[in-house]
Amino acid sequence: MLAHLEKYFRTERLPHIWCPGCANGIIVKSLVEAIDKAGLDQDKTVIVSGIGCSSRAPGYLNFNTLHTTHGRAIAFATGVKLANPELNVIVVTGDGDGTSIGGNHLIHGARRNIDLTVLLFNNSIYGMTGGQYSPMSPQGAKATTSPYGNIERPFDICNLVTASGASYVARGNSYHTSQLTNLIYQGLQNKGFSFIEAISTCPVYFGRKNKLGRPADMLKMQKEFCISKEAAEKMSAEEKAGKVITGVLHYAELPEYTEQYQKIVDKCQRR
Amino acid sequence: MTVTDIKAKLMQGNQACAEGAIYAGINFYAGYPITPSTEIAEVLAERMPEEGGKFIQMEDEIASMAAIVGASLTGAKTMTATSGPGFSLKQENFGYGIVAETPCVVVNVQRLGPSTGGPTAPAQGDMMQARWGTHGDHPVIALCPSTVQECFDLTVKAFNLAEEFRTPVLLLLDEVIGHMRERVFVPQPGELEVVDRIKPEAGTQNYLAYQPVDSTLVPPMASFGDGYRFHVTGLLHDETGFPTNNSEVMGSLIERLHQKIERGREKIVIVEEIDIDDADVVIIAYGCVARSAQKAQKMARKKGQKVGILRLITVWPFPEEEVLRVAEKAKALIVPEMNRGQIKDVVQSAVVGKAEVYGIGNVDGEMVSPCQILAKIEEVL
Ligand SMILES: Cc1ncc(C[n+]2csc(CCOP(=O)(O)OP(=O)(O)O)c2C)c(N)n1
Ligand code: SF4
Repeated sequence: MLAHLEKYFRTERLPHIWCPGCANGIIVKSLVEAIDKAGLDQDKTVIVSGIGCSSRAPGYLNFNTLHTTHGRAIAFATGVKLANPELNVIVVTGDGDGTSIGGNHLIHGARRNIDLTVLLFNNSIYGMTGGQYSPMSPQGAKATTSPYGNIERPFDICNLVTASGASYVARGNSYHTSQLTNLIYQGLQNKGFSFIEAISTCPVYFGRKNKLGRPADMLKMQKEFCISKEAAEKMSAEEKAGKVITGVLHYAELPEYTEQYQKIVDKCQRR
Repeated sequence: MTVTDIKAKLMQGNQACAEGAIYAGINFYAGYPITPSTEIAEVLAERMPEEGGKFIQMEDEIASMAAIVGASLTGAKTMTATSGPGFSLKQENFGYGIVAETPCVVVNVQRLGPSTGGPTAPAQGDMMQARWGTHGDHPVIALCPSTVQECFDLTVKAFNLAEEFRTPVLLLLDEVIGHMRERVFVPQPGELEVVDRIKPEAGTQNYLAYQPVDSTLVPPMASFGDGYRFHVTGLLHDETGFPTNNSEVMGSLIERLHQKIERGREKIVIVEEIDIDDADVVIIAYGCVARSAQKAQKMARKKGQKVGILRLITVWPFPEEEVLRVAEKAKALIVPEMNRGQIKDVVQSAVVGKAEVYGIGNVDGEMVSPCQILAKIEEVL
């Protein structure tokens, strides 16, 4: 482990529970790098998660950590942030946790533009329960509950969160790690609801079911199908077909929820 | 205290509950509108910022319950209020609050169920849901006011118990109590006890968030931001707060959660006894129905019938000893309630055959009337 990052880990909790080859660890490293770059005070930072493989990340991180119920991390985090706006609040969630059972909390968090940084690990599957399809599984994908191929269409979750009112929305992946670190860093800097979709891998379930090869092959695929927003702008529609666009997809300066509420408190107390 | 110090106000039960929360020092409220509890949210939406606290209307009851647990972990005193359908939605995160040992108050202003049921009709149909609504073995504290004054006082008590025992506490109102207006004497600051959670002693090294330090078995509770960087999870955990699969450790956590409530029984269990010493018949009642019971008891006494009342102010943990003591002297117990005998069955198992137990169970949204109780007294005497 890089020496400057060691202080962010509860090294006594390692090794982690993730399978060999899982990309979750890569994304956690980007998160920690971004936290380091942003210079967040560990004592004043809370990392909240739901339930799933990805949601186990906070247990290994040396902060105030809150591992909640399935899908509800943003709702718990809203309570933490509004009760004490001085705390930096980061949410770690999975595609099932954040877009299925927790989808309602995600859009309402975005709508409020409450100052949370939400990092969604998208491995296109329910990893922890053994490989069922999620609202982010591509059409046609095989999963234990879509043995004949998935007939549902996946969310474009970044579009959904943008439309819901978030002030910062970005997408990265576990291959282009310095880009991902930077996207998370910018999310941490934004005072408002920041959402970063991090495309991850689940070689054990999604990879195996869909014959995607070894863990390293899955990472290399991300290199192929992910293109930056800047590159995409120079490409034709044909060239863009089947590609996933990464980078900062949306940014808007918007009033932040806890600051708005504080104004009400100040006004009431002056009366 | 002089007469001018006494602040008597005409209040609705729900309003008294909201004001009681403010007296207790609430810092954070999250809720979702539902009849007949909505006034609690409406009063607090206005009052919280005046008191420097925070109010938020969440997207649903699941989120409201989550938000109050999250807020409590930062050191805030927190509350949510709801009714039947919303109470069902809160159950998973209510259980989380128990396992994560997070103080908070959950108000359920009961209405007729199941399902959407009768939104404006009173009931006491959630007594067992209050006890067992969330999955798994867990202890529960639930208080049940019978007057608007008690809505105020027991809300303060509920906050106190939540803080002292590091656990969510239920306040079970019903539509009658929630919407009724009565005179409330608002206590002066300091008049009622207000309890704050025990924090780790200053300078504590190696703080363990789930390690009790004394015989109360209630671990001191730090707040997020205090510098202890502890971990909170709904998974069964050891005293460090980190999850474990060790059966001994998992079992002893469940055991301790029960034991800490068991050891606090004297502070938690409250009943009111009226004329029970010579009573042949004792009415065991709670919530709005206790009011009809009081009327019926007075009328029966006037007729020369030896009738008393045991009013359950705390319903969970169940006042088994108090009920048994009454059963040892009385011939018959009558349990009138607005459900099909949820508490009657518990009374029955508590008295182990020492007295006959009779129920009255209204499930049509009509109050149990004094006449119904009087008729039952005639029947059993
Ligand atoms: C209320 C509830 N329903 C279902 C589950 C079972 N469950 C645990 S994790 C999970 C899916 C997690 O998937 P995702 O969020 O994509 O995370 P991953 O494991 O893939 O990282 C489910 C359905 C649960 N714990 N709680
Ligand atoms: S099941 Fe999949 S997502 Fe979960 S740890 Fe294993 S590889 Fe990673």
